[in-house]
Amino acid sequence: MPTIVVDKYRLFEELGEQFTEDTFQQLCFDFGIELDKDTENDASRPKDQAPELHIEIPANRYDMLCFEGIAMHLNIFRGKHATPNWKLADIPEDKLQTLTITKETEQVRPYAAGAILRNIKFTQAAYDSFIALQDKLHQNLARQRTLVAIGTHDLDTIQGPFTYEAVAPKDINFVPLNQTKQINGEELMSFYENDRHLGRYLHILRDKPVYPVILDANRTVCSLPPIINSERSKITLETRNVFIDVTATDQTKLDIVCNIMVAMFSQYCAEPFTIEPVKVVSEHNGATRITPSLATRTMEVEVDYLNGVCGLSESPETLAKLLSKMAYAAEPSKDPKLIKVTVPPTRADVLHPCDVMEDVAIAYGFNSLPRSSPNRSVTIGKALPVNRLSDIVRNECAMAGWIEVMPLILCSHEENFEWLNRVDDGTTAVKLANPRTVEYQVARTSLLPGLLKTLSENKAMKLPLQITENADVVLKDESLERRARNERRWGAAHYGKTSGFEVVHGLLDRVMTMLRINFVDEESEQDGYFIKEIDEPTFFKGRAAAVWVRLGGKLHRVGELGVLHPSVLEKFDLRYPVSTLEVNVEVFL
Amino acid sequence: MASANNSAAGDPIPEILQALSKTDDPISSAETFPQIPFETIKAALDRLASRSMVAYEQVEREEAFLEPEAVTIVEHGSHEARVFEAVRKALDGLSIQDLESEIGDKNVTKVGQGKAFKEKWIKKDGNKLVALVDSISDVTRDQLQVIKEKKTHDAKIVADLKKRKLLKLQKVISFKITKGPKFALKLVKEETDLTAEMLASGAWKTATFKPYNFKALGADQHAGALHPLNKVRHEFRQIFFEMGFTEMPTNQFVETGFWNFDALFVPQQHPARDLQDTFYVSDPPKAGRPTKVSPEDKQDYDEYFENVKQVHQDGKFGSIGYRYPWSEDESLRLVLRTHTTSISTAMLHKLAGQKTADGRVPPARYFSIDRVFRNETVDATHLCEFHQVEGVIADYGLTLGGLMEFMDMFFGAMGVTDLRYKPAYNPYTEPSMEIFSYHKGLNKLIEIGNSGIFRPEMLEAMGLPRDMIVFGFGLSLERPTMIKYGISNIRELLGHQVDLNFVQRNPAVRLDKS
Repeated sequence: MPTIVVDKYRLFEELGEQFTEDTFQQLCFDFGIELDKDTENDASRPKDQAPELHIEIPANRYDMLCFEGIAMHLNIFRGKHATPNWKLADIPEDKLQTLTITKETEQVRPYAAGAILRNIKFTQAAYDSFIALQDKLHQNLARQRTLVAIGTHDLDTIQGPFTYEAVAPKDINFVPLNQTKQINGEELMSFYENDRHLGRYLHILRDKPVYPVILDANRTVCSLPPIINSERSKITLETRNVFIDVTATDQTKLDIVCNIMVAMFSQYCAEPFTIEPVKVVSEHNGATRITPSLATRTMEVEVDYLNGVCGLSESPETLAKLLSKMAYAAEPSKDPKLIKVTVPPTRADVLHPCDVMEDVAIAYGFNSLPRSSPNRSVTIGKALPVNRLSDIVRNECAMAGWIEVMPLILCSHEENFEWLNRVDDGTTAVKLANPRTVEYQVARTSLLPGLLKTLSENKAMKLPLQITENADVVLKDESLERRARNERRWGAAHYGKTSGFEVVHGLLDRVMTMLRINFVDEESEQDGYFIKEIDEPTFFKGRAAAVWVRLGGKLHRVGELGVLHPSVLEKFDLRYPVSTLEVNVEVFL
Repeated sequence: MASANNSAAGDPIPEILQALSKTDDPISSAETFPQIPFETIKAALDRLASRSMVAYEQVEREEAFLEPEAVTIVEHGSHEARVFEAVRKALDGLSIQDLESEIGDKNVTKVGQGKAFKEKWIKKDGNKLVALVDSISDVTRDQLQVIKEKKTHDAKIVADLKKRKLLKLQKVISFKITKGPKFALKLVKEETDLTAEMLASGAWKTATFKPYNFKALGADQHAGALHPLNKVRHEFRQIFFEMGFTEMPTNQFVETGFWNFDALFVPQQHPARDLQDTFYVSDPPKAGRPTKVSPEDKQDYDEYFENVKQVHQDGKFGSIGYRYPWSEDESLRLVLRTHTTSISTAMLHKLAGQKTADGRVPPARYFSIDRVFRNETVDATHLCEFHQVEGVIADYGLTLGGLMEFMDMFFGAMGVTDLRYKPAYNPYTEPSMEIFSYHKGLNKLIEIGNSGIFRPEMLEAMGLPRDMIVFGFGLSLERPTMIKYGISNIRELLGHQVDLNFVQRNPAVRLDKS
């Protein structure tokens, strides 16, 4: 969730109320935002800094990513303000500023929009918020500028009509924002390579044959999206007319960003909430249009749906009043079963009537909604069979004096293979693409690494140590949609001054007895289990056996037990002999 | 003392009893049995005291011991006395060089000379030293002699000699022993335990039994133990079973982008799908498209896949959708599941294919408690793996008030009451409610879980009827366990670093008991 930092007393002034920490906390809680921090009594706050509120905003409320949006929506929620009626300035089409998109932009960043905030008066606070909102939008909805980028310009320093083109990097020459030297597009990459702030956006363009660029009528570079604007068109506190360019790889998010930017800051214009549009000419794909759209959307929502899910029985009029607290314009429809809901251009999070329904519930107050029984139908509880089986084995092991452990599923490749003297033939282990550390390279194919690491961390315990685990390993399986499956295993390890093979063997016998699996002779052809010597490098020679089970006449090798090879002990930093057991229990289902 | 001689090896008890029998006054162990080691005498006294045969109290005092230099002084005399003796013996006096060779120790000569001058025992006569008196008394040597025997002297003398680094002081513990109420000269044999032989022979009738120490703990049980987290899991499962929930087959850690995200209406650009949050699988490289796994499965997976694509890309089922170009490749990337809701989704999709006799999709309750994976930076409260507790209720005519009523019952079953519900955002539930509870210890509301009603975009794409409402709720298993047991680091609860002592000693879990 994004956190927005606002000036506490400026917000309270805007809300027209001096809240206590508790009352403001409650307001946030009811509305669905979260007061994370109030720096009023924070000892580390510098003396000259006004107290701040850190407010967490739901990730889909792009219209609350700045002071203006938070103040506006809390005022609407509290019935202090109506939702503004944003509108486009009424200018004949031939007098509009134009932004012409060329076909070449399709190779790199195909969409663009523009808007003008005319006769704006920034205060320092509003100016700072204007910059901060761009940053928040870039980080969140725009996914680090990959999807959308915003450029803002002092319109009085540049000259329309504007073009949005894509040209070879070396042909772009300009002085970047806050710089003094002119550079070209190629130099830009090395210039910002180590820039803490801008360096992380360079990859978006780096290998493109052409870079996107916004040019004015004199072919002066206004911005090189999504990296940086030009120094020439920089906005300041004194700027009166702001030209906003928005470029994107995603048309929907382009429109959202453009709407949010102008909706939040048009209140500072001489004619508040009125935005001068820009004609975007895009002839190559027939997408010529006027931006920002600022389009409202009207939905007809069923009254019974709103009331039903909320457990209410309110009239359409009351529902409309509740919805007005959430920035909608709503009114009863001609059809009494419906209510006409107009969604403002800022509420991009509203996709379906269920979003409207939630807002009815929030406006009413979640904690005030009438309660009803959740037990409408009878259902029967049931355990997952493999978990029932595991519970039998786990409990028998604990009753036999073994301690249950819970290591992690993820481990390093070495722990899963090399350290156990096992070779990765590429057919078993699922490997991760992006682990932060080697500890999480593969999903384990054996319980042994976790058991041995647990022993290694507990060497100070009184010996002998007897530990057990019942849990899943993961195995590749190309025949399945997910290309992998879990397998439920039962593992045990004995750590002591003697090998403890017979102890581990005894545990196997005990659990088999509890599962009604008889100990049989290999040759007998009877159902049951037997063990048979194996020679595998994980184990000490002559001290390991495979566990075989014959069920319904079908023979399965289900696992192995043995004294671990000293080289394995050394890898896991264990000083005493260890005997282990690992069995696939799924055959006993 | 004769009694002290034969004591070191054998049992000192008879000796102690003998010594006590001769007097009614307290005796000191240090004086009476100086040779018996401390541990031996303490053990003997404890045995006797436990039978009230003696009473004793511990006495601590400081004893003085000679340093090596002091041992030499006792043997040969003090430095100044040795210098005086050498000078006195040479009738014509001694040169300094001669004195040094006479005494044979440069240091003794130097220190002794200075002292002897100061005491006015010798004087310098030309280049020779001559005696001024006929005899002296060697006080230091006499004092040290006394200390060697008695281990102490006048406090002032001891302090002075200590300052001269001739002594060191040591604390010595001894015992002041008196007769107890059951004093006797002989120790009666006490039986420690009632044995089968005693029962057979009848010896128990006359035997004296050693009293038990009821203040001590019993014998260690070398007990096996279930893991604390699994014990909490067991309690949660019981609550679910009592409320009619079926356990879901969550034994599938590897998921596809489709089931983990797309089917849940999580857009492909959602931050949760970033490399920083989700573990992606490099091998195997890619998933297959959703398919049925059993012949009984009557669902059309191709239609479902197409529905999910459309509801994201173009909007469907009354939703305008996210309106972005939806990528099949992204959907078929393999991930380690970030939540068990991927399985809930698959279960709901299967449910949509079922019909009861009246032709309706049957109501259902599902739950799971299983491992999920997040590519988090590991710290005290975050691990890359943890357990998610998840529940799903699908039924007709459910309301938000019903969801809150259910959550009150669910958390009430583990003794958590006074819940508050806060609006929240979650891509697959609408409304979404975070569940808070007032924590008395922390004196604030803390988040204990999440809940909501699954979005129609998710449910209708599966073919579930519009009037079926599906609640979903979830919480982590670790967090309530950590709060309950006051554990501050998650690595003390899950993973190989968990202390086995903690596992072995963790009490039974009774969630309803605070």
